[in-house]
Amino acid sequence: MVSLLQRLGHFGLSVFQSLGRAHLFLLRTLWSLGSLTWRPRLLIRELYSVGVLSLLIILVSGLFVGMVLGYQGYITLVNFGAEEVLGSVVALSLVRELGPVVTALLFAGRAGSALAAEIGLMKTTEQLSSMEMMAVDPYKRVIAPRFLAGILAMPLLAAAFSAVGVWGGYFIGVGLLGVDGGSYWSQMQASVDFYDDVLSGIIKSIVFGFVASWIAVFQGYDATPTSEGISRATTNTVVYTALAVLALDFILTGLMFSA
Amino acid sequence: MTTERSTAPLIEIEDLHFRRGTHTIFEGISLQIPRGKITAVMGPSGTGKTTLLRLIGGQLRPDRGRIVVDGHEVHRLARSELYRLRKRMGMLFQSGALFTHLNVFENVAFPLREHTRLPERLIRTLVLLKLEAVGLRGARDLMPSELSGGMARRVALARAIALDPMMILYDEPFAGLDPITMGVIVSLVRRLNDALGLSSILVSHDVPEVSSIADYIYLISEGKIIDSGTPEAVRHGSSAWARQFMEGLPDGPVPYHYPAPDYLDDLINTGKS
Ligand SMILES: Nc1ncnc2c1ncn2[C@@H]1O[C@H](COP(=O)(O)OP(=O)(O)O)[C@@H](O)[C@H]1O
Ligand SMILES: [Mg+2]
Repeated sequence: MVSLLQRLGHFGLSVFQSLGRAHLFLLRTLWSLGSLTWRPRLLIRELYSVGVLSLLIILVSGLFVGMVLGYQGYITLVNFGAEEVLGSVVALSLVRELGPVVTALLFAGRAGSALAAEIGLMKTTEQLSSMEMMAVDPYKRVIAPRFLAGILAMPLLAAAFSAVGVWGGYFIGVGLLGVDGGSYWSQMQASVDFYDDVLSGIIKSIVFGFVASWIAVFQGYDATPTSEGISRATTNTVVYTALAVLALDFILTGLMFSA
Repeated sequence: MTTERSTAPLIEIEDLHFRRGTHTIFEGISLQIPRGKITAVMGPSGTGKTTLLRLIGGQLRPDRGRIVVDGHEVHRLARSELYRLRKRMGMLFQSGALFTHLNVFENVAFPLREHTRLPERLIRTLVLLKLEAVGLRGARDLMPSELSGGMARRVALARAIALDPMMILYDEPFAGLDPITMGVIVSLVRRLNDALGLSSILVSHDVPEVSSIADYIYLISEGKIIDSGTPEAVRHGSSAWARQFMEGLPDGPVPYHYPAPDYLDDLINTGKS
């Protein structure tokens, strides 16, 4: 009993400690972002690698999700004779919810885990240490560009996801199930509002990008420098990002809905 | 002692205390490292030799005591000053710690690209000069994964001298090398020290190699300095521990056995852990 309490207390303490480290880490990362202004090439390279890592899986997933939405939307709408609004159902679901959320989950699995593993390996093989001894700040050289690249890439990837998804819905709804093509697009245009829908989707994916990149680079940097440590860091990255994104999505949706 | 900068010791360590958790690593170490010489710090694995180098480089903070490098107290420096000091320190990590995504040339060029705005032609010249010094000019296009352990260490050495430092910290430069490569590294350490007018701090447990090139040796064990002097003096010194270490005898003041309960009792009590 005592030992159970003890273990619980120990666990609680270590959670708070690592949360504390994560926030200090974030502060130093944010502080280091400024140095990227004189070295934009570092950022561009990371943007390229994060984007290229994730683009294919995002496009393919977006297509499938859009096609499923086309089916499901049609099945429900046709009962009410309202299948012309399929376009707006597909687009709204994607732009508001599925685009940002699914993109963030896929990002965590593809780019986030890769970032954590890469940074964790650099730590384990003393590359970060040797950088410090060469008077090069790893926060500026390694962490900050990856962090910012993740934040910037996320909304772009989410936009690509939604765009492909809208086409997927079109293939199924219009191409397969015979919804009128003209009304698919016009309903979509009429119902999707820039501020309420597109902008709120963009804000969501920027927030998700921030959290997903933070978790990934922190898990890598904080990894225990062993092979188990790296594998734990990559797993944690995916699990924590998924939980954080879903919880934040609930909170953000609530805030945007009430506003 | 004179107060002149050039004759003052390069590194002065006074009353250094350092702990990791409850484990005491240094318990009041004081030592001086002169300029232009090869000074070795020796001791068994796990005594804290790597830790000592990290303390000197300012990556770890001592619990007590001070470390002065070239007149600067390392742990009082602001980050920018510490970084300025580190540009004049080269450190050779035991693993080499080469950047795995860059080839040999780019690894050596890395500190130059980070800290200077030299034109590409000049960087190329400097990199080839450093690679030539370690005999690996021909390996410039290889990736770190294609190098043997000894080659990786030489590339790391070329990178460590890229900015023409005043000193090099070597962490176990001889560990795990075949005899020929070992000989190459031994002579390289000596040649670089003399040709470039560097000061070298060498941390190692390889007695014969260190004895053959070090000008002065500090022996540490269990957080204290056990003995110091020229290799000759330490080998014939008064300390029985030092003699055991230098001769490599399995038993002596340092027992062969890790502390354990009585052997027979241990075998009989099978039930308990
Ligand atoms: N990051 C660390 N966290 C906790 N203990 C460590 C860490 N690094 C080293 N130690 C401990 O510090 C002691 C000295 O380590 P080290 O300086 O690497 O020894 P050496 O280089 O002489 O073999 C060892 O007992 C080691 O277990
Ligand atoms: Mg060591």
